[in-house]
Amino acid sequence: MRTLYQFHGGIHPPGNKEPSTQSGIARAPLPSKLVIPFRQHAGAAAKPIVRAGDQVLKGQLIGMPDGFVSSAVHASTSGTITTIGAQPIAHPSGLPDLCATLIPDGREEWILHAAPSTLRQNSGQASLRTGFDYRNSDPAELRQHLRMSGVVGLGGAVFPSDIKLRPGNRKIDTLILNGAECEPYITCDDMLMRERAAEIAQGAEMLRFMLEAGEVLIGIEDNKPQAIAAMRQAVAESGFLFEVVAVPTIYPGGSAKQLIRVLTGLEVPSGKLPTDIGVQCFNVATAYSVYRALAHGEPLLSRIVTLTGNVRRAQNFEVLLGTPVRDLVALGEALPGTDRYIMGGPMMGLPLSSTDIPLVKASNCIIAASDKLFPPAPPALPCIRCSRCAQACPADLQPMDLFWFAQSREFDKAQQFSLFDCIECGACSYVCPSHIPLVQYFQFAKSEIRAREHDQQAADHARERHEFREYRFEREKQEKAERLAARELAAKQAQPAEPSVSPADAMQQKIQAAIAHAREHAAAGKPKNTENLTAQQQAEIAEIEARRTHIHELAKSAAEPPNDHGESHS
Amino acid sequence: MLSALLVMAGIAIVLGGVLGFSAIKFRVEGNPLVDKIDAILPQTQCGQCGYPGCRPYAEAIASGEADINRCPPGGEEGIRKLADLLGVEFKPFGGGTVLKPKSVAFIDENLCIGCTLCAQACPVDAIAGAAKQMHTIIASECTGCELCVAPCPVDCISMKPIGENIANWKWKYPVYTLAQAK
Repeated sequence: MRTLYQFHGGIHPPGNKEPSTQSGIARAPLPSKLVIPFRQHAGAAAKPIVRAGDQVLKGQLIGMPDGFVSSAVHASTSGTITTIGAQPIAHPSGLPDLCATLIPDGREEWILHAAPSTLRQNSGQASLRTGFDYRNSDPAELRQHLRMSGVVGLGGAVFPSDIKLRPGNRKIDTLILNGAECEPYITCDDMLMRERAAEIAQGAEMLRFMLEAGEVLIGIEDNKPQAIAAMRQAVAESGFLFEVVAVPTIYPGGSAKQLIRVLTGLEVPSGKLPTDIGVQCFNVATAYSVYRALAHGEPLLSRIVTLTGNVRRAQNFEVLLGTPVRDLVALGEALPGTDRYIMGGPMMGLPLSSTDIPLVKASNCIIAASDKLFPPAPPALPCIRCSRCAQACPADLQPMDLFWFAQSREFDKAQQFSLFDCIECGACSYVCPSHIPLVQYFQFAKSEIRAREHDQQAADHARERHEFREYRFEREKQEKAERLAARELAAKQAQPAEPSVSPADAMQQKIQAAIAHAREHAAAGKPKNTENLTAQQQAEIAEIEARRTHIHELAKSAAEPPNDHGESHS
Repeated sequence: MLSALLVMAGIAIVLGGVLGFSAIKFRVEGNPLVDKIDAILPQTQCGQCGYPGCRPYAEAIASGEADINRCPPGGEEGIRKLADLLGVEFKPFGGGTVLKPKSVAFIDENLCIGCTLCAQACPVDAIAGAAKQMHTIIASECTGCELCVAPCPVDCISMKPIGENIANWKWKYPVYTLAQAK
């Protein structure tokens, strides 16, 4: 039996996981419209590579990763792209973002796809999916394949998985598969582990291979006995030396840093990454999508979403990415009193402004909410500094102090009190007897600090460019002066070559040279069309010349009398 | 008496020597206060303060000839930071100051005649284009100083405000009801 550790704080909210685990994962029907955002992952949005009107196949790349922290976006089914433009997405701001609207043709026709280096072109079948021996592949090639398959962390942070798999400066001792799923109501990972444990185990082995990790631990909270049993069986059958560990049920035990603490006793230092202490952590659903991408060449096109809360039939659905929330909630038949929907769990979830918003890679759960289920928060009271929040904080922070600094906009002090170690789990707000929305303050302070840092960077960059411009002006001025000096020097050096010639002689020489030049020019400039003439042409010329001399003579005799007057006038 | 005087004079000479040496050896080039002020200024190089750039304004503040409330792009927060640094009172903007939303310049590429006047005016080299060729703004480098707008002979440059988008959106200050005392 493995020794487990504890993290500080944590809370025990009611789980409410039973309703959605009564039946297995169902495949949601094909919706009439898909809205696929190009920003479904942490980092830069993917760049659209299709245009409105294009026909696409299921699994076709429609968004190219743009930048280091970015990931690919694919068409979730075959059909026609009707528009590419800003549409509302699941974001706390409620602002729209770039999305592609895809009208499915209902055929679900796959694009030719295969695992890396095994694309069997002779098969001729577009739907053929092939497995391959990833062990004989280069990990860099596998990472690139994951990037182009749009595989990101499905636990909620949606960080591109290929970046987490890059070799760091430290060896990875422990790979942790996160199946804790600590947030109430959500059961998508639970059901995935129950039904697709073998694939998760295979995906975990692929991750272990790429990271060259020593041991693999699969952490599952002990309120999921069926998932634990299924994973244990799958691991035993696969023959991999993984350990499935039941961890105590406590919120937020499924947060990466907290799970690492429980399983290994190690604490990720402030401002560091788990890899700095030799641990890497992936969600079980991510392992599953890694398996689908590497073993079958399938990009990430769907995910398991829990539909629960105030609905008649709570269940988990496998949903195509881009499915509007409206189409999913229709399957659960919302009960009367449902007035809003929450994407995510009740602790960290996001209230949705509309049901047109599409389900994306980060959407693990949709809760139909009513005032009965989640009574509105009572009005807040002033902080009495009871420190219940500090007792509950899993990151060992002092939320009452952070609240104080955020409220008075003393962001420097908030940062000194390790604001950025806050995981925004909401445990402090949950226990606060004054019902202060603490997490909102921390989110506010964090985004203010980030904006300031961004502005400062922009200012430093502008200063650098401005200084370079001034330096460039200075340099150009100097270069010009140098060129001028060099020319003057050259002129001076050229003069002493003929010192014996006096200025007057030099002038005479120049004139002579000019005359000679003019003569040469005149000789060369003789019209060429007066040679090789026929007799008739010569006769014509002679006649014209004779007429011309005659006119000259006439003009001379006529002009002579008034000539004296003309001269006196001029 | 004499020995005491000699000792004191000796100490004075030695210390004077040390001070004189360190004044030469550890001499600070420029005014470090100017750098600190310059670090606070937003580096738009827009000249709205009346000085030809952020650094000249920083120098003017450091020498006491300019007020701290003449930088509209820095906002009130900039004034607050300068007041903190210099140990003076916060001073609001004067009446005529217009605070504009953050913008970037935009060139109407159909109208541009390629005269390069805007590129010469840009303090941060954020305009790309050669003579008699169409010019364009490198939006990521533009500080929104508006210095390129006036020189354009065909008025093809306009300022476009950067609206709120997903990338620059910020969480708002929490607003909620407090329980009324009964």
